[in-house]
Amino acid sequence: MSSIAEKLYTIRYKVDETSHLIIKDQDVCLHCETKECQDFCPADVYHWMDKESMTSVAFENCIECGTCRIGCPTYNIEWVYPKGGHGITYKFG
Amino acid sequence: MVATEHFDAIIVGAGPAGSAAAYIMAKAGLNVVLIERGEFPGAKNIFGGVIYRKQLEDIIPEFWKEAPLERQVIEQRLWILSDQAGVTIGHRNEAFKEPNNCWTGLRVKFDQWFATKAEQAGSLNIYETVVIDVIREGEKVVGVRTDRDQGDLYANVVVVADGVNSLLGKALGVHREWSPNEVSLAVKEVIAMPKEKIMDRFNLEGNEGVTTEFVGNTMGMAGLGFLYTNQDTLSFGVGVMVSDLKKKRVKPYELLEGVKQHPMLRRLLQGGETKEYAGHLIPEGGFHSIPPLSGDGWMICGDAAQLVNFVHREGTNLAMTSGRFAAEAIIEAHETGDFSRVGLAGYDRRVKESFVHKDLKKYKGLHHFLSDSDPSLTFDKLPKALNEAAYQMLLVDGVPKSDKQKIAMRGVTQAAGGLMNMVKLGAQGWRAMNG
Repeated sequence: MSSIAEKLYTIRYKVDETSHLIIKDQDVCLHCETKECQDFCPADVYHWMDKESMTSVAFENCIECGTCRIGCPTYNIEWVYPKGGHGITYKFG
Repeated sequence: MVATEHFDAIIVGAGPAGSAAAYIMAKAGLNVVLIERGEFPGAKNIFGGVIYRKQLEDIIPEFWKEAPLERQVIEQRLWILSDQAGVTIGHRNEAFKEPNNCWTGLRVKFDQWFATKAEQAGSLNIYETVVIDVIREGEKVVGVRTDRDQGDLYANVVVVADGVNSLLGKALGVHREWSPNEVSLAVKEVIAMPKEKIMDRFNLEGNEGVTTEFVGNTMGMAGLGFLYTNQDTLSFGVGVMVSDLKKKRVKPYELLEGVKQHPMLRRLLQGGETKEYAGHLIPEGGFHSIPPLSGDGWMICGDAAQLVNFVHREGTNLAMTSGRFAAEAIIEAHETGDFSRVGLAGYDRRVKESFVHKDLKKYKGLHHFLSDSDPSLTFDKLPKALNEAAYQMLLVDGVPKSDKQKIAMRGVTQAAGGLMNMVKLGAQGWRAMNG
């Protein structure tokens, strides 16, 4: 059984310096009861960090599917495309 | 960047819809530009992996002589799975070869080929460029704003073909955001396997291929899995409604790994090496989610317009056809010089008269049927009961067949929540499938 880390390792990325995924309001995440972005994201981009009381965003892993934009119950994620030519580049598709 | 140049048409997105539109317009002598945000066409694109002949043939006759295709599909299987078993149906026919019905394919190769065809026909292809907004003059769309310096481009018409996440469609105000029950998330792996092994395991000769779709075993979520044979890889994936994924709190890749363990799939996949993991949304809102298709200076095609027939896993062909219709309507408008809503309405008319509209209309009730009915019933309990019934009927253990039949029937009816519920479900399902 291959882990998500192994799966993501098969993908070629050209990572931008700035994130194309922005949490609009961390306070909204704090009060979010389900924090389901941690589960439905197919690339494990989102993690709730208890200590810091914030959602961390590993945008480098993003496979640009758009699920978080639609799935976040409070639409708290600003989702745009990475800069032209950046982000994920599939080899097979 | 050719900032001051005015084009006949700007096409956003070099997927099947965009490339089809660019190819046809360029071939007709129109001055078109095709803009793609990926490093190359297909860089951001995935699909299950089936390319149908008819719709591409209408654009490029005898394309199969040059297009990068994988295998010609001669057999299509449907498996209804419980966790350890499966009821299988399918159809294999030599007649699928002549003329060929469909091929398996991979988007990176295919999309590059198709966009290059458009380029050879005269389209100006620009890659690594994101279109971030449309430019309007009054009500009319007159161009696009890109993420390049001085990257504004102007045209008589903008063709929006930027896929399921159509940010441009939203910028245009054509459609609202999809809701979680209008899209499913598919995760996929391309798994390398020696050609001979694929041919042995799937009982193939030469260039023949097999597609397998499977229902059930998706943890009670509405969805479908697939396993397609390529030349020396397999395309394997599973897609479930985002709304169900949210409810069940399942990680999509764990679902994928779970499905891989099914004995019927495990045996076909074992020894393979995962070469690529991928994920993508599939627009599954159906007929009622289709936005207006054109307006003053714009058109919208393919996934961006929800043109996907999820019952028959058809999307790429609807995309290509909608791109072709858009191009034909623009060529007409080019002759009259009218790029208003009225002048571009030839696109809407073409879609409406075609299989694209008719097929989606036929299944127009299905989206509501699936949203309203309990997915754990359709995608878990019933497949399980069906497998149990098949098992009981085939197991020879001294119990008389008439008793077995009763047990089997009782199991299926119980799973459906009683006979009345089963009849109701059947009737609702039938209506949903037959417009």
